[in-house]
Amino acid sequence: MSPLAQLLEAALFSACRPLTAEELTTLDSDASAADVRVALEQLREHYDFNQHGVELVELAGGYQILTRPVHAAAIERAQFSVRTPKLTAATLETLAVIAYRQPVGRVEIEEIRGVSAGGVLRSLQERGLIEVVGRSEALGRPLLYGTTALFLELLGMRDLADLPKAEELTIALQPHRAASDGADDAAAYVEAES
Amino acid sequence: MTATEPTTLPEVPTSALGAGPGFVVELEAFSGPLDLLLHLLREEQLEIADIPIARIADQFLQAVHELGLNQAADYLDMASRLVRLKAQMLLPRRAEEDGWEDPRAELVRRLLEYQQIREVAVWLGHAAGKRAEQLARGYLPPPPALPPPPLTLNLFDMLAAIDRVIAGMPSPVLHRVVARPLDVESATRRIEDLLLDQEEIRWTDALGSGVTIVDVLSTLLALLELAKRGSLRLLQPTPFCPMVIARESTRPAA
Repeated sequence: MSPLAQLLEAALFSACRPLTAEELTTLDSDASAADVRVALEQLREHYDFNQHGVELVELAGGYQILTRPVHAAAIERAQFSVRTPKLTAATLETLAVIAYRQPVGRVEIEEIRGVSAGGVLRSLQERGLIEVVGRSEALGRPLLYGTTALFLELLGMRDLADLPKAEELTIALQPHRAASDGADDAAAYVEAES
Repeated sequence: MTATEPTTLPEVPTSALGAGPGFVVELEAFSGPLDLLLHLLREEQLEIADIPIARIADQFLQAVHELGLNQAADYLDMASRLVRLKAQMLLPRRAEEDGWEDPRAELVRRLLEYQQIREVAVWLGHAAGKRAEQLARGYLPPPPALPPPPLTLNLFDMLAAIDRVIAGMPSPVLHRVVARPLDVESATRRIEDLLLDQEEIRWTDALGSGVTIVDVLSTLLALLELAKRGSLRLLQPTPFCPMVIARESTRPAA
């Protein structure tokens, strides 16, 4: 590995959050953005080629050294670290609305989800997954929310463009599918309910 | 991207609150009225674009009732909308009438929109689950449990605590102790009065009327005291015969 790649490795190892390419460029005044990109690629290949227990992951607009998924269970069993607990359905739905509609106000979120959203919004804000990004011009100038870098980090996304595109979604229910499909669905429901 | 997975109903901790009425935890099973509505439609394999409002409104109301959601405002709001739609659909309309807007259009739009959000939510859930399998630095274990802080109490807390302890104690079996003072003085007076009139009196005379154990004791003590003072003599001519109380002859009473 080049000296620059080693420096990047040290920096990424020491950091508790993803570091952006711009941030990494400040480590060495002689290194250009292109140099950093090349060194990062070298580091990634180094981890992959030598089958390290960690890998270089691109997320939330930056880079981070993360353990490989295969080791998660053992590490957690030994209580050296814990996996982030699962998000609830209400949390995920609210995040979905905000991710696609941002900046978006509480009223619109509630209209789409059909339930009041005050509590969920507050807890998401406390966890740093969303933030107030402005105020609407509407009556009462309600707060507008948007997702944060931590949101991307939590979901392992590089940026919002990683979200599924609207045209990739099967928007409507599909009652016209083959009858067997529908039967499977119904069966799954019965199972879930029992 | 696969189709939205069937809504799995999260396990519901019903044991905590039981099946009583009130704000039941089964609310958690659906993330909202639209979720419940989608669930019903899916269960009946109905098409969103052509909802049989009357039927689905009835089922919605029934589900809300059965799940004990009838205290949750969000569900009641949807229930009232459905009932209103049901009424609107019942209104007669001419087939050739122009500009007739399907009253269900708004609901259909909302359901489709919500359906889309559900799908994204599932995608986000998968993404988060995948990301959670990779651990980053910076994990801080939860801090060890601290020893309890030193006890700080004020007087009133302590008194209240004492009250609580006392209130919790079973009441002990109490015996009422009644003071029954011996009335030696009046017994003495009574005997002296009797001896003024008579040379000798019997023990039973000395006791007077309404004899209680206290009177007997009082009289006995009075007799012994008087005998000690030399005011009278106590005689018993034969064994086991009644005691005779005689005035002390050597010293005339007066």
